[in-house]
Amino acid sequence: MNVDKKELMELFSNKRDIVLMVDGLKVWFPLKRGLSDILKGRPQRFVRAVDSISFFVREKETFCLAGESGCGKTTTGKSLLRLVPVTDGVGLFRARKETLEDLKKNGVNVDGEDYVDIFAIHPKKMKPVRRDIQIIYQDPYGSLNPRYKILDILKEPLEIHKFQLTEEEKLETVYRALETVKLKPPEDFVDRHPHQLSGGQRQRIAIAKAIIMNPKIVVADEPVSMLDVSIRAEMLELLQTIKRERGLSYIFITHDLAVSRYICDRIAIMYLGRIVEMGDTRRIIENPLHPYTKALVAAIPEPNPSNRLRMRDVPIKGEIPSAANIPPGCRFHPRCVEYEKNIENLKSKCPLQDPPYYVAEDGRLVNCWLFEGNKKIEKAHASFIM
Amino acid sequence: MALTAVLEVENLSTSYYTFRGMVKAVEKVSFKLEKEEILGIAGESGCGKSTLAWSLMGLVPPPGRVVEGSVKIDGIEVLNLSESERRKKILWEKISMIFQGAINAFNPVYTVGYQLAEPFIYHKNYSKKEALEKVKELLKMVGLNPEIEKRYPHELSGGMKQRAVIAMALALEPSVIIADEPTTALDVVIQSQILNLMKKLKQDKKLSFIFITHDMSVIAEMADKVAIMYAGRIVELGPSEIIFNRPYHPYTSALIRSIPRLRGPIEKLQYIPGEPPNLISPPPGCKFNPRCQYAEELCKKEEPGFVEVEKGHFVRCWKYDSGKQSSGGAIK
Repeated sequence: MNVDKKELMELFSNKRDIVLMVDGLKVWFPLKRGLSDILKGRPQRFVRAVDSISFFVREKETFCLAGESGCGKTTTGKSLLRLVPVTDGVGLFRARKETLEDLKKNGVNVDGEDYVDIFAIHPKKMKPVRRDIQIIYQDPYGSLNPRYKILDILKEPLEIHKFQLTEEEKLETVYRALETVKLKPPEDFVDRHPHQLSGGQRQRIAIAKAIIMNPKIVVADEPVSMLDVSIRAEMLELLQTIKRERGLSYIFITHDLAVSRYICDRIAIMYLGRIVEMGDTRRIIENPLHPYTKALVAAIPEPNPSNRLRMRDVPIKGEIPSAANIPPGCRFHPRCVEYEKNIENLKSKCPLQDPPYYVAEDGRLVNCWLFEGNKKIEKAHASFIM
Repeated sequence: MALTAVLEVENLSTSYYTFRGMVKAVEKVSFKLEKEEILGIAGESGCGKSTLAWSLMGLVPPPGRVVEGSVKIDGIEVLNLSESERRKKILWEKISMIFQGAINAFNPVYTVGYQLAEPFIYHKNYSKKEALEKVKELLKMVGLNPEIEKRYPHELSGGMKQRAVIAMALALEPSVIIADEPTTALDVVIQSQILNLMKKLKQDKKLSFIFITHDMSVIAEMADKVAIMYAGRIVELGPSEIIFNRPYHPYTSALIRSIPRLRGPIEKLQYIPGEPPNLISPPPGCKFNPRCQYAEELCKKEEPGFVEVEKGHFVRCWKYDSGKQSSGGAIK
């Protein structure tokens, strides 16, 4: 165990209101090497989908990962359930007692009293943790098995995790979950197949399936973006109610900043596998500091008809590069208009060195050289907590 | 300046004849599109907005067909034309369409330039060389490097492909361009660039667009005039400012209050209880009545007419229909 992790664990033990702390998470997918690459001794190349990010989630909090497609937000969410191979990182998670006991029974080395490093567990031994961390997928048409009845879909997690429940108790649990997601009366739904339900109802089933295990964290991957606007608000309200009643935390993954402003407490804006700005959701959206966040906020259309009379000015250049070919230095500098404006002052920084995190006035973190005068954070994790 | 309508649609109805029954996907739709105007058509999935677009193009997929009504493009009644006449004279030359998901519909084995050149070769009998010259002009117009005509579709990014698709729709300088969800698959930054491009083209080339999307914010960004569709009908049609700032129809106002906003105070988001109706067996009376908080007895029995409540502003709701106009009335 390296010193860093020890330090982290000490911090984490003292901060009881934090359920999950991720530090230096990397998910790199290796690219195929051709024969000539091997013969010429070219180094292995990687798609750096998530490239060293750190964040934490408080209890009963909605934490948002936002960004454009390909920024690594979904990969981050999946890595928490170990659905993608994790290259590096520490993920301390305050699990339930039973979960920790089951992990110990399976021979997993549980480092803390009431927490475990989820990235150190072998993926095959992750099963008990998946009770505590559940996921809701974006597409309710693809995430439910079309051959199963709703009852079977909802009973499956109970059976997989072998809770000591009788058939009746299982049924009771399923009914209660259906009532929680406001599919009433539940008897009407248990015998149906997914194709007999509308999109909104299916997404409710997906939510019921996620919460039936009483998890501590639910990763919600764009849970409303496939739904019509008129029912979207209802679904968001349902998610909020469930959160309050069950005291869980959400990791809310979205590309829609307007939605995140309504339901998220804190937000992390991602660009090419890196968090570029992180802090209070409303403050970041109403007054973005990082040049990328500025462009992202400026690009979002608003329901104001006078906008049609003018062109929208989005301060960004070019297109997003491939994650296999991340620019050196600050990964945003080739598209950054601030860099272009101050090229004389910044040319020794932006294209050469990766920026550290700086703390802005209101306590948010900005990953940009423009804030060089501010307090610098060497290890991003420590700052969030202190 | 006297405005001239480039597209006049009156009482257009389109139905799908499925085994389970007749689906009236578009029912008695009437509107006009003036020159250099953008009409936004908004509605939830399944409300008939894409079917309406296909009906205007004469491309309704079987088992659907246009049942009644009239569509006049530049004064020509197109519903009476035979399919081959329509193909030769109307499609792409008078009316063209940017299809939903068209960026994935490029043929991967031909260059982008060749695919863009096809309309010139088949419609205008240009030689291949002449056509490619025209293609280069087109690409420049949509803000692309003309050199990309030699590239294959997989070599372009999503935003570049969307620009190429727009170029294709503009090729023969049609009077009307229908854009069906042109930015839905794109990220917001690219979306704003594409919307800017379409605004610029509208001004420079004096184009008329029909812009179809489920995203009310995008409609606000583009449309001069907005039509809100519900269950195959236009329930409200009017200038953009009126629709967004003081809508009349209960559905429109609920829809607008359900949009999460990026600025201003955070108010509780409203939603519309229930779900859109099944169009095989729609509810009697006003199609919105089961979800409407103002629904009365009359709403459950009879369908309201399409009434002009002020100049250029039409509503299909009993609150504003005094019964003077016959139901399903056309624009006078």
